[in-house]
Amino acid sequence: MTSALGSAPTGRDDRRARPTPARAHRSRWARAAGTGWLYVLPALLMYAVFVLRPLVLTLQYSLYDWNGIGVARWVGLDNYLTVFTDSDLLKIIGNAVVLIVFFSFIPVALGLLVASMVRRITTGAFGTVVRTILFLPQVIPLVAAGIAWSWLLSSNGLVNQVLRAVGLGGVARAWLGDFDTALPAVGVIGAWVLLGLCTILLVTGMSKIDPALYEAARLDGAGPVREFLAVTLPSLRQEIGVCLTVTIIAALASFDIVYISTSGGPGLQTTVPGLEIYRLAFSQRQVGLASALAVVLMLLVLACVLPIQRLTRGEKP
Amino acid sequence: MNLSRREQVTGRVFLIALILVTLLPFVSMLSAALQPRGTVPNGLEWPSDPQWGNFADAFTAANMGALLRSSLLIVAGVVPVSVLIATMAGFGLGQLRVPGARLVFGLFLLGLTLPFEAVVTPLYYQMQDLGLLNTRWAIILPLIGLYMPFAVFWMRAHFTNVPVELSEAARVDGSSTWQLFWRVQVPLARPAIASLTILMFLWTWNQFLLAIVLVDDATKRTMAGALGAFQGQWGTDLVLLCAGSLLILTPTLIVFLIFQRQFIKALIQGSVKG
Repeated sequence: MTSALGSAPTGRDDRRARPTPARAHRSRWARAAGTGWLYVLPALLMYAVFVLRPLVLTLQYSLYDWNGIGVARWVGLDNYLTVFTDSDLLKIIGNAVVLIVFFSFIPVALGLLVASMVRRITTGAFGTVVRTILFLPQVIPLVAAGIAWSWLLSSNGLVNQVLRAVGLGGVARAWLGDFDTALPAVGVIGAWVLLGLCTILLVTGMSKIDPALYEAARLDGAGPVREFLAVTLPSLRQEIGVCLTVTIIAALASFDIVYISTSGGPGLQTTVPGLEIYRLAFSQRQVGLASALAVVLMLLVLACVLPIQRLTRGEKP
Repeated sequence: MNLSRREQVTGRVFLIALILVTLLPFVSMLSAALQPRGTVPNGLEWPSDPQWGNFADAFTAANMGALLRSSLLIVAGVVPVSVLIATMAGFGLGQLRVPGARLVFGLFLLGLTLPFEAVVTPLYYQMQDLGLLNTRWAIILPLIGLYMPFAVFWMRAHFTNVPVELSEAARVDGSSTWQLFWRVQVPLARPAIASLTILMFLWTWNQFLLAIVLVDDATKRTMAGALGAFQGQWGTDLVLLCAGSLLILTPTLIVFLIFQRQFIKALIQGSVKG
C-alpha cells in the first residue's frame, strides 16, 4: 500500500524531468524493491524454519501412526476419526470449552461491572497503584499462579480457612483434588490471572466514551440497565472483542496452570488438549494422534477467534 | 458528574475487593514461606517467629544463581535478535516496496493465534536432528520464530503510520536504505521498539512449555520452566515450595516495579493489537 503510494508520484515526476536523472531515480526505486526483500528475509526465515516447517510436519504426522522412533504407517484420517469419536478425547476438548466460561466470560463480565461503575481509574498515585496491582497476575509466570492457587485451594489453604471461619466448614475440601470441583477450581485460577487485564482494558476503553452520551441517555430517562445496554456495551465493543480474543485463546490453549495445579487429574477431570498433546506425544508415543489433536485445537481456536474479530472490528468507524 | 454517589462508592468497593483478591495469593504464600520448616502451614497465619532463613534455604535448593544466569542467557539470545529482525521486517513491509508483501504479511498473520502446543512435537524432533536438544538453543531459536507473527505485525503497524515523505526526503539527500533505516526510522520507532522489547522479555522469561519439552536440565531452562522442576522436586515441602516460588518471582517483580509504567502501556497496547 504505502510503497505503491510512494512510487506513483515518482513516476509522474519522471515524465516531466530530463531523461538521465529520471532513469537514475527509477533505478534507485527498483533497487529499493529488491532491498525491501532483504529486510523481510531474516524474520521470514526464522518464522519458516521454526514455525511453518513444524506446522506442516504436524499436519503430516497427523496422517500417520508413528511412535516417534520406528517406521511411520500411513493411516489417512484415522487419527482425526479417533479425536472426534474417542470419548476421552471428546471430554478433554469439552474441558477446554468449559474453561472458556471461567477464563473468558467471568473476567469480562466482572470487568464490565467494575468498568461501568468506576468509568475511569483515578489518575495520580492511587490510579498507578491500582493498575500496578491488577497487572501483577499478568507479569508473573502462569506456573507461579498455579503453585500459589494450589496452596490456596488445598485442604489447609486459605479458601477452606475462610469457609470454616464463616461456618461453612462442611463444604471445605481439597478443591483441586475433588472430582466435582477440580475443573471449576482450575477455572478460578485462570479467572484470577485474566481478571485484572480485562478490567483495566475495559476501564481504559470506558474513559474514552463521550460523557455526553450518558447525559443524553439520562435525559431520555434511561435507568442504569438501559444505559449499560445502549451506551456502554456498544461503545466498548472493540475492547470486549480484545478481551474475549485474548482470554479464549488462553482457555483453549491452556497448559501451564493445569500442568502445575492438577496434572490433568483427578482422572481426566481437568485434562485439556494442550496437556493431552504433550502426554500423547512424549509419554505414550502416539505422535500421530497427538498431531491430529493439535490440528483440531488450532482450528478450534480459529473458529472461536475469527468470528469475534469480524463482529467487533468490522464495522467500527 | 454523571455517576451517582452510590454508584461511585459501589465501584470503589468492587475495585478494592478486586485488589485484595489479586494480592491474597501472594500474601498467603508469604505467610506459608515464613513458617518453621517441617510444619504444615495453615491458610493465612502470620507466624509468631518468621523464619526468613527459609528464603536462604530455598535459594540454595533452587540453585537460584544458576537459574538466573540461564534465564538471562536465554533472554539475551532471544530478545535482541527478535526485536532487530522484526523491526527490519516491519520497516520492509511498511515502508519499502516488497513484491508479494501482502502474501508475506498474510503468512505472518497466520501464526498470530497459533497455540505453541500445535508445533511443539515437530520442534522436538527438529531440535533432536540438529543436536540441540537439552541446550538453551532449543528454547532460543524456536522462540524467535514463534514471536515473529506478533513482532512483525506490531512493527509493521508502526511503520505504516510513518509518512512516506520522510523516507523520500532521506533518499533525496542520497542516503542508502540502511542509513535511512538505522539513522532515521529506528530512532523514530523507539517507543514501539521499547514496548516490544518489554513484551518479549516477559514472554521469554515466563515461557514454560518449550522449556519442559525441549530441555531436561532445570539449570538450562527459563525461570518458569525451572519453577516447574522446583515444584516437582519440593512439592511436598510446602514451606520451601512457597519460599522458592516467591524467590523465583522476585526478579520479574523488581523489573516490573521499576518499569511498571512502560510495562502496563506495553501490555495494554500488546493485547489491543494482538
